[in-house]
Amino acid sequence: MAKAIDFLTRTRGHGKLHWTDWFTYAYLLFGILLMFGPVVWLVMSSFKTDAELDRFPPRFLPYAAQTVELEGYSKPLPLYKVVSGELAGETVAQVRRIGLTSQVVRLDAPDQIVKIGLKDREPIERISIATENYTNLFSKFDFLRFFWNSTFITVVATVIMLIVNSMAAFALAKYKFSGRAAVMAMVIGVLMIPQTVVLVPLFIVTKELGMLDSLWGVIVPGAATPTGIFLLRQYMLTIPDEILDAARMDKASEWKIYWRIVLPLSAPAIAVLAILAIMWRWNDFLWPLIALSRSDNFTLQLALNSFQGEMTTQWSSLLAMTVLTLLPVALVFAFLQKYIATGIASTGGK
Amino acid sequence: MIRIVSFFMDLIDIPMRHAQRYLRGHSIAWVFLFPNLVLFGLFAFLPILLNVAYAFTGTDNIMLWDRTYVAGENFAALTACSNYLDANSCELDLFWRSVHNTLLFIVLQVGIMVGVSLVTALILNRRIRARGFFRSVFFFPVLLSPVVVALIWKWILQRNGLMNAGLEQLGLERVVWMLDRNWAFAWSVFLSVWAHMGFYTLILLAGLQAIPRDVYDAATMDAAKPFRTFYRITLPLLMPTMLVVMVLALIKGVQTFDEVYAFTGGGPGSATTLIIQYIYETGFAGAPRLFGLASAASIILALVLAALTFLQLKFTRRNADG
Amino acid sequence: MADLRLKNVTKSYGAVEVIKGVDLEVAHGEFCVFVGPSGCGKSTLLKMISGLESITSGDLYIGDDQVNEVAAAERGLAMVFQSYALYPHMNVRQNLSFGLENLKTPKPVIEEKINAAAKMLQIDELMDRRPRDLSGGQRQRVAIGRAVVREPRIFLFDEPLSNLDAELRVDMRSEIAQLHRQLGNTMIYVTHDQVEAMTMADKIAVLRSGLVEQYGKPLDLFNDPANIFVAGFIGSPKMNFIQGELQGNRLLLKNGESIELPEARFHLKDGAKVTLGIRPNDIAPGSDATHGLNANIKSVEQLGGDSYIYAVSDMGDNITVHRPGQVNVSVGDKLLLEVDVDTTHLFDTETGLTLRKNRTGNTSEASAQ
Ligand SMILES: Nc1ncnc2c1ncn2[C@@H]1O[C@H](COP(=O)(O)OP(=O)(O)O)[C@@H](O)[C@H]1O
Ligand SMILES: [Mg+2]
Repeated sequence: MAKAIDFLTRTRGHGKLHWTDWFTYAYLLFGILLMFGPVVWLVMSSFKTDAELDRFPPRFLPYAAQTVELEGYSKPLPLYKVVSGELAGETVAQVRRIGLTSQVVRLDAPDQIVKIGLKDREPIERISIATENYTNLFSKFDFLRFFWNSTFITVVATVIMLIVNSMAAFALAKYKFSGRAAVMAMVIGVLMIPQTVVLVPLFIVTKELGMLDSLWGVIVPGAATPTGIFLLRQYMLTIPDEILDAARMDKASEWKIYWRIVLPLSAPAIAVLAILAIMWRWNDFLWPLIALSRSDNFTLQLALNSFQGEMTTQWSSLLAMTVLTLLPVALVFAFLQKYIATGIASTGGK
Repeated sequence: MIRIVSFFMDLIDIPMRHAQRYLRGHSIAWVFLFPNLVLFGLFAFLPILLNVAYAFTGTDNIMLWDRTYVAGENFAALTACSNYLDANSCELDLFWRSVHNTLLFIVLQVGIMVGVSLVTALILNRRIRARGFFRSVFFFPVLLSPVVVALIWKWILQRNGLMNAGLEQLGLERVVWMLDRNWAFAWSVFLSVWAHMGFYTLILLAGLQAIPRDVYDAATMDAAKPFRTFYRITLPLLMPTMLVVMVLALIKGVQTFDEVYAFTGGGPGSATTLIIQYIYETGFAGAPRLFGLASAASIILALVLAALTFLQLKFTRRNADG
Repeated sequence: MADLRLKNVTKSYGAVEVIKGVDLEVAHGEFCVFVGPSGCGKSTLLKMISGLESITSGDLYIGDDQVNEVAAAERGLAMVFQSYALYPHMNVRQNLSFGLENLKTPKPVIEEKINAAAKMLQIDELMDRRPRDLSGGQRQRVAIGRAVVREPRIFLFDEPLSNLDAELRVDMRSEIAQLHRQLGNTMIYVTHDQVEAMTMADKIAVLRSGLVEQYGKPLDLFNDPANIFVAGFIGSPKMNFIQGELQGNRLLLKNGESIELPEARFHLKDGAKVTLGIRPNDIAPGSDATHGLNANIKSVEQLGGDSYIYAVSDMGDNITVHRPGQVNVSVGDKLLLEVDVDTTHLFDTETGLTLRKNRTGNTSEASAQ
C-alpha cells in the first residue's frame, strides 16, 4: 500500500514532494470532480424513479422502494421495516398513508390492517435502475425520429463537407493558377463572416432555395467551411509534388490524382476534419432552430430544448434524453480523444 | 460501399477528363474549386450583401422588392439613446440591455476563462503522471452540445438539486438560482467557462510545450527562482499564444447564444439576454418579424467580429513567423 | 533515326530563363546522361521532355512528332523520380499496376507484365508490402519497375541513385546499365555525379546554367573537352589548371619558368593568355626541365596500388599527381614535375574554349558567348 502511494505521488523528476506537487494533484483531483462529476450525476439521475428524483436531499445511487404484490390489492405495495412499537422487527407492506399514521398489513395477513406511526417504520429500498425513463422515450416520445434527423444531418453534411472542402484544398495546394491568391483571400474573408452575423439573409436564401424547414436546409448552408479548407490544404502541401508527377506519367487524370492519390494520402487530416464536422453538426443549435419549424424535422438538440419547456416537471424523461444525446459524443471521445485534441489544436476551433 | 463510391468517382472522371482537355495546365483548379465557391457565394457573400440591403429597408415583408427603403432608420432606432449606459433611456431598450449583458458577459467570461485555462495548462505542463488522461478530463466538456451542458447544470441547480443539498449541508439557506438575476447571470458565465475552458487549455498547453526545454535549463543555471522563471520566461514566451487565446475567446464570447439560451432562455426578465438572442428574437421568434432591425444589429456585430478576426489572423501569423 | 530531338528549347519562370536554348539529339536505344552541377537545369530539362513542365519556346520531337503540346501521359514515356515518388498508400503490386490500369490494360496482361518486371528486378517477394516497409534499394527497384511495366518508348531518370548509400549506388548503377542492355530502350538519365555519367552513358550532355556545354561520348569528353568547364567537370581527380602567357611555342608562367608546347597540337598565338590543363595522370616527378614545373609536396596518399601526390606550384596552384604503383616522395619535398605535353589540354583563358587542333569525335558544343 505504501508502495502504491509512493508510486502515485512520485513526481517524474526526483526527490520528495514539494508543496507545489500537492497543489498540482489537488487541482487535478478537483478538475476530475468538476468536469466529470456533473455528467456522472446526470447519468445517475437518469436512472432514478420520479419519486427518487423529487427527494431532497438527493442521493447518489438510484434507489427504489421494494414492493410486494398482495392478494386483494390491485397495485404493488411498498415494503417497510418496523423499527419500534409493537411490531418492531417485522416487515410490513403499507396500504396507505394518512397524516402521520401509516396503515400497514403483515405479509402473512394481508387483510388485517394495522396503524403505526410514520416514525416507527423505515422503507426497505434497493438499488434499482428505472429503465422505464429510457423506454418511455421510444414509446411516448418520437425519440427515434429526432435521432434519425440528427444522424442524417450529421452524416450527410459531413460527407458533403469533406468532398467539397478537400476538392478546394487540393486545388489550392497543388495548382499554381492565376487567381489562387484571390481565392485564398476569399476563404479568409468567409472566415470573417460567421453564420451568426448573416442569420436573416441566410434564412432568406435558404427559403428561396426551397430548403427551409427541411433537413437539407440545415445541411447545405454550412457545407463548405474555410476551416476545413485550411486544415486540408495545410496537410496536402506536405504531399510531395513528385508523387503527383509520377501519377501524371502513369496517365492518371487530374481527377484521378485527386481522389486516388491525394485524398487517400490525406487520410489523417480527413479523419480529424471528419471528427470535427461530426461534432459541430451533432451539437449545432442556432441554425437548426431558425431553419426548422415543424417538430417532425427537429434534431435531438432542438427536441431537447423544446421539451425542457414543456416538461419542466418531467425530469425523468428529460434526463434520459440528455444522456442519450451526449452518448454518441462520449463514445467518440472515448475512442478518438487523441485525434480530437490534435485536430482542435491545429485548427484553432471553428 | 467502397465499390459504390468508387464507381461514382470514376463516373465523375469522364467529364473531368474532358474538362482537363479544354482547360490547359493549372486552370483545371477552377473545376475543383467550383462547388466550394458556389456554396461560399450563396451562403456567405450573397448574405453579406443582402444583410446590407435588409438593414436599409423596412416593413416586415420578407421579399426584398416588397420592402421600402428607409435609409438609416434601423440604425437610428438601434442607437437612439439619451444615455448609452442606461438601457431604459433607449428607444430599443432590449437591444441595449443585450449589448450591456454581452459586454459584461465577455469581460467576465474571457477574463476567468483565460485565467483558469492558464493555470490548468501550467499544471498540465508540469511533470505529472497520466498527462494525456488529465488533458482529456478538462477537454471533455468541449465536446458536449450546448443544450446538454445547459441541462446538466440546470439539473444540478434546480430547487431540489445537488447544489442546494450542498448548501444545506453547510447550514445555509437554499437558493432558487434561476429566478435571481445576478445568480442566473453568474451561473451562465460559469457554465460557459466550464464548457469551453478545455479548448483554450489545449492551445495554451501547446504553446507551453513549444517553449524549448533549454531555455528553462539556462534559467536554472542562472539560479532563477520558480516564480521569477514564470514571470521572466514562461509568461513572455507564452504571450503570443495568450493573445491568440484571448482574441479567439472574445470572438466566440461575443457570439454566445446556445448554452445560455437553453439554460435561462434569456431570463429572468432580460437578465441574461445576449446580443445574438436579441437578433434571433427580433428576426425570427417575435411577431412581426423585424428583419431590418435584426440585419442592422447583425451588421454592427459583423463589424466587431471582423475587427476581432483581423486581430486573430494577425496574431496567429505573427506566431507562425516567430 | 533520332528517338528524341530538342531544337533550341528554352524555359522561363517568369522573367528568369532557366533553360537557355538547348539542341540535342538522342538516337534510338542510346543511354544519354545529362550531367552538371546542381541547379543548372537538368531536372527542368527532363521535366520538359516528360511533359510535366511546359516548353517556353523551341521544339521537342519524339520520333517524328512534335510533342510540345502533348500531355505527359500521352507521350509514352516513363520516369523514375529522385524521391522515387512511390504511392505511399498502395502496396508494391498496386504501385506497379496503377499506370497500366489507367491505360485500360486487361487484367491478365497487367498481371503478366507485373510479374515479369518483378522477377527481372527481383522484387517478386515484396509485392504485398507498402513502400514504407521497403529499404531504399528496394524502393528504387520498385520505382524502376513502375517505369518498366509501362514499356515506355523512352525512360527518364532524375538522379535515381542520389538517395542511396555509396555501396548500393555502385550496385544499382550496374543494374540500370544491365537493364538498358536487356530492354534496349532509349534512356535519359540525369545526375550531378560525373562518375555515374562516365560509367553508364553512351552519350553525355554536360549542362551549365541552362546550356549544353558539350555533348558526346564519355571518352571523347574526357579526351577532348571543349572548354575549361567540361575539362574540369569530367574526370576524377579533377584536371589541374595552370595559367600563363604564350611566347612563341612556350608557355610562360608567372614565376618565369616556361613549358614548351607542341605546335602540331594547338593553335598557338603569341601573347595570348592561356590555361594549361593537365590530367593528374599526365604529370609525374621527372627531370626534363623544358616541360617541368617546380612544386612543393603538401601531402601524399599511398594506396598501395595507386599513389596521389598533392603539391603546390611556386605560383600557388594546387596540383594533383596520380601515379600507378608506389612513389618514393614525402611531404615537404621540393620536386620537379614533368608534364606530358602530348596529352595536355590548352584553353583560351578568356573564352574558356579549347585551342586544340584536329578535334576528335563528333561532339557538339555550345558556341562561345
Ligand atoms: N518552379 C520554379 N520556379 C522558378 N524557378 C525554378 C522552378 N523550378 C526550378 N527553378 C530554378 O531553375 C533552376 C534549375 O532547377 P533544376 O532543373 O531543378 O536544377 P537541377 O539541375 O539541380 O536539377 C534552379 O535555379 C531553380 O531555382
Ligand atoms: Mg534536380
